[in-house]
Amino acid sequence: MDGFTLGTQWLQYAVSGLTIGVIYALVAIGYNIIYNVTEIINFAQGEFVMLGGLFAVFFVESLHLPIILAFAAAVGMVGLVGLCMDRFIIRRARNASVLSLIIITISVSILLKGVAMFGWGKDPYSLPAFSSGSPIIFRGAAIQPQALWVIAVSALVVIALTFFFHRSVYGKAMLACADNPNAARMVGIPVHRMVLLSFVLSAAIGAVAGVVITPISLMEYDRGALLGLKGFGAAVLGGLGNFFGALVAGVILGLAESFCAGYLSSGYKDAVALTLLLLALFFKPEGLFGSSEAVKLKRF
Amino acid sequence: MSGRDRWIFPGVMLLVALFPLLARNIDAISHYVDIMVFAGIFSIVSLGLCLLMGYAGQISLAQAAFFGIGAYASGIMTGRFGWNPWAAMPVGIFAASGVAWLVGVPALRLKGHYLAMATLGFGVIVTIVFSEELEWTGGPSGMVDIPGMTIAGRAVASEIAWYYLVWVFVFLVLLFCFHILHSRVGRALRAIHEQETAAESMGVPTSRYKVQVFVLSAALAALAGSFYTHYVTFLTPSSFNLMWSIRFMLMVMVGGMQSLWGALLGTVLLTFIGNEWLQVFADFEILVYGAILLVVALFLPKGLVSLVPRRTGSKDIRKPAANDGSS
Repeated sequence: MDGFTLGTQWLQYAVSGLTIGVIYALVAIGYNIIYNVTEIINFAQGEFVMLGGLFAVFFVESLHLPIILAFAAAVGMVGLVGLCMDRFIIRRARNASVLSLIIITISVSILLKGVAMFGWGKDPYSLPAFSSGSPIIFRGAAIQPQALWVIAVSALVVIALTFFFHRSVYGKAMLACADNPNAARMVGIPVHRMVLLSFVLSAAIGAVAGVVITPISLMEYDRGALLGLKGFGAAVLGGLGNFFGALVAGVILGLAESFCAGYLSSGYKDAVALTLLLLALFFKPEGLFGSSEAVKLKRF
Repeated sequence: MSGRDRWIFPGVMLLVALFPLLARNIDAISHYVDIMVFAGIFSIVSLGLCLLMGYAGQISLAQAAFFGIGAYASGIMTGRFGWNPWAAMPVGIFAASGVAWLVGVPALRLKGHYLAMATLGFGVIVTIVFSEELEWTGGPSGMVDIPGMTIAGRAVASEIAWYYLVWVFVFLVLLFCFHILHSRVGRALRAIHEQETAAESMGVPTSRYKVQVFVLSAALAALAGSFYTHYVTFLTPSSFNLMWSIRFMLMVMVGGMQSLWGALLGTVLLTFIGNEWLQVFADFEILVYGAILLVVALFLPKGLVSLVPRRTGSKDIRKPAANDGSS
């Protein structure tokens, strides 16, 4: 009997780790898209997630939209926020130094957090799950249907992005900007528009993560920083710019966090992902799947 | 010290020395003395950060964590073990310096965004430790029973006494910083800021200097933290969270990153904004900070001191290009 409960607990932690892990992966992918095109690390990435969740709450609670419409509307709104961020702020700082760019994206993140606090207050909000239904019991572990939604939606996003970057003209143009912005400009790619697109896309992906996770873990105005930091951990661990790496690393971080919370200490669960981030930055800044040769050429 | 600083230094000192005499006698601003005590404490942090950011060109989003290590070390040694605050102070400074060295050696090999994220992550971890180690820190509900300070057996009780105590230390730290900047190390730091690779190829041991400045800024933050502990005699982890690290960075940026006077000016200004002028609409606070930070970063990257016309003769950094970055 003991062995049985131990087994189910294990499974339970694994499921919740996987769920939160794919969220980190989505945040990491958001970092990667902007980094790939602009070489900027957007410190406001976590706020996109928070805004996504809170906008969805607004559309469901106040406007009584069905969840699917609210989902789309929230993603659209946050995409618009990303667009404004690039158009009105980042574009002005085109020639700014790295230090200034860091400070600018940090200040955007504080502003977004402040606006969210102003608009929604300090209380955590919840969303109804996407589909009603009781938890699925699998080998003694209870799996919420929403967890399946999280994983399915994330998988869809990753597949769609893969197609976008490898099949569509826009996606290929964005990758070209990443490789060499000057050469891209010379062959006629509107680099400005690609940068704009990268911000919109990355904000929208952050919002998707925010909407799907809110029914499970609630959402409040100050969740962005920590989500962003952990997502960045996933991005570094997976190799900055590498989508597949981000997915794997996000899941690793999620599992590590969930198992720590279950077996060691729930208070220190946030510290686990951050410690992994520090270890990755200190000892393997090229990530698990990056080459150490290539990382020397990157501009941070 | 060179050029204008020789005149500014005693001038500012006189101003600071006379301020309480004026403020004490005007009811409307008599509580400004208290705010200036905080401004002095924060100045010690921001002067250290100014050396690191403005002169060495390295970012740190962990200053509040070092400030907190100093504060909690002092609080624990005095409150728990009954040490004298002056004996507890070096403990905090050593603890913060040790931690800064451990983190700094690997972290300062990183640049720009990565360094910012690494210090940010480290700062958040330290805040988590403050909240979780209930037995030592009292956790989120706070730490009480911290004694005040004494000098030669007499308690530093009044605000005025605190004011002079703290500001004497601020000016000592300021002198020390000027001394560093006009030494071999100071020139090396500026060289690192301008062109790290060039500095390195000229034989400047860049990584050693960067770590040393990082450790120094942590030590100063811990010193300030110790004063803070004994002045407010109550600690909660929220005084040392990420927002405070950003606030310290803002203090340095508003005044002018590449000027110690700028850091001092920015700190006093921001402390007044935070403790006095924003009290009216406390919930706007975060929006105001974000807006100030954004405006300064976009339009005034060299801070308020850049608005003061420069006279020739001072040997500070004078460079037309806005190249204040680290890559």
